[in-house]
Amino acid sequence: MSVPRYWRKQQNRYNLKGNRCETCGRYFFPPRVLCPECRRDGKIVDYEFSGNGTVRTFSIIRTASDDYDLQTPYPLAIIELEEGTCMTAQVICEPDEIAIGMPVKRVFRKIISEGDGGVIVYGTKFVPA
Amino acid sequence: MREVAVVGIGLTEFGEKWDTSFRNLFVEAGANALEDAGMSGDQIDEMFVGNMSGGRFVLQEHIGALIADHAGLTKNHIPATRVEAACASGGLAFRQAYTTVASGMQDIVIAGGVEKMTDVGGSETTDALAGAADREWEGLAGATFPGLYAMIATDYMNRYGLTREQLAMVSVKNHRNGAHNPMAQYRKEITVADVMKSTLVADPLRLLDCSPVTDGAAAVILCPMEMAREFTDTPVKVLASSQASDTISLHDRRDFSTLDATVAAGRRAFKQASLTPKDIGMVEVHDCFTIAELCAIEDLGFCVKGEAGKLTEDGQTALGGSIPVNTSGGLKACGHPVGATGIKQVCEIVEQLRGEAVGRQVDAEIGMTHNVGGTGATVVCNILGV
Repeated sequence: MSVPRYWRKQQNRYNLKGNRCETCGRYFFPPRVLCPECRRDGKIVDYEFSGNGTVRTFSIIRTASDDYDLQTPYPLAIIELEEGTCMTAQVICEPDEIAIGMPVKRVFRKIISEGDGGVIVYGTKFVPA
Repeated sequence: MREVAVVGIGLTEFGEKWDTSFRNLFVEAGANALEDAGMSGDQIDEMFVGNMSGGRFVLQEHIGALIADHAGLTKNHIPATRVEAACASGGLAFRQAYTTVASGMQDIVIAGGVEKMTDVGGSETTDALAGAADREWEGLAGATFPGLYAMIATDYMNRYGLTREQLAMVSVKNHRNGAHNPMAQYRKEITVADVMKSTLVADPLRLLDCSPVTDGAAAVILCPMEMAREFTDTPVKVLASSQASDTISLHDRRDFSTLDATVAAGRRAFKQASLTPKDIGMVEVHDCFTIAELCAIEDLGFCVKGEAGKLTEDGQTALGGSIPVNTSGGLKACGHPVGATGIKQVCEIVEQLRGEAVGRQVDAEIGMTHNVGGTGATVVCNILGV
């Protein structure tokens, strides 16, 4: 993994900064250049999500690639944000605590670190609300 | 559009192939297909190779030329193209070859697929396969590929009351079929209890719900139907070949338990062939995980949503059932060399339609294949008949 890929100037890595289409009212995270419904008829404006959502579905990841191995087992979920947009993220809770419909809120956390003294990648996770 | 026939099929044995290379795997499958068609390599006009991740698994790109070179086809400088749509790369290669022949652009085209996955360690494999989904917005969050299908399973089980045992029955059935396939990676029957006590990979999916890491290759030769009898007494006609796309991320789908691209590709295939699911005698579906087979059966229209677990439990998807599914053993037991799988599915249907599937033969005249890339962002369906 390269440093520029996770560079801090990419605002939506560290905040829920997405956008919405004023023509059809849909919200997007990560932000989209083009509304998939309205395409060039859409009017895209910036939008920062509240960070409140609910768990739509989940799994407990027990086998992961090396970067994530030390975190296993970890709950992973598809979160539906209150604006109606869904995203995939880890939920910080005990594996037997997570459930469909559980209210969650966003937090800023370390995602991975590349060994001792390597690059630390930060981003969005969720905690029970 | 011209009518197109499959006149030759070739496979390598699937498994962990420590004694051969990426290129040689393909050459073996291709040579078997030429042998089967009684054809010389000089008669090939064009080649398509399905391959997901030569760049990650064997550090090799420029795969079209590499394969053409080692297959001895650079002598005639034929066009050779690698196509990629993750685990649907093989299906895509078949469809490219089909449209090339159907359009009249070329006469004799070889479509193949190859993957050599065991040259890297398990962690590297997991990471490479995560590239079949959204690397930035699923993978970076910690989603493994089994993890994404596990989230489909959680959603499905919550909504339709599917039991954990019914999921296991998919794997048990596919292993029973694979035991009769001499090319399969696992020719061994397993029990529901074996599945239930295997290691948890991503809840609720266990190791024996997951297709394995596999080396292997497959190839088929297509030509216009009007030329087919020059090569074989048993040509198999391509009745339809369709493809559909969907969002790359599972979280952007309308419904996590329905693969809309499967629904779309299935409908297009049935429309092209002027057939309905009732006309299909057997189907090879993309069971990368047990839950994926159940979704596929429903999304192709073989039963209504939520009923595939019951259909499996009742034995209707087994040999002798109303719609035998994955007679080859599927991805689970036959193995899943990702780029080769879509072509292997066609090989199985051709073997079945020729009446050559010893020990697992289905009496049918029409068969179907269903090949998925990622969690359903690409789907290729083919219908074949005699």
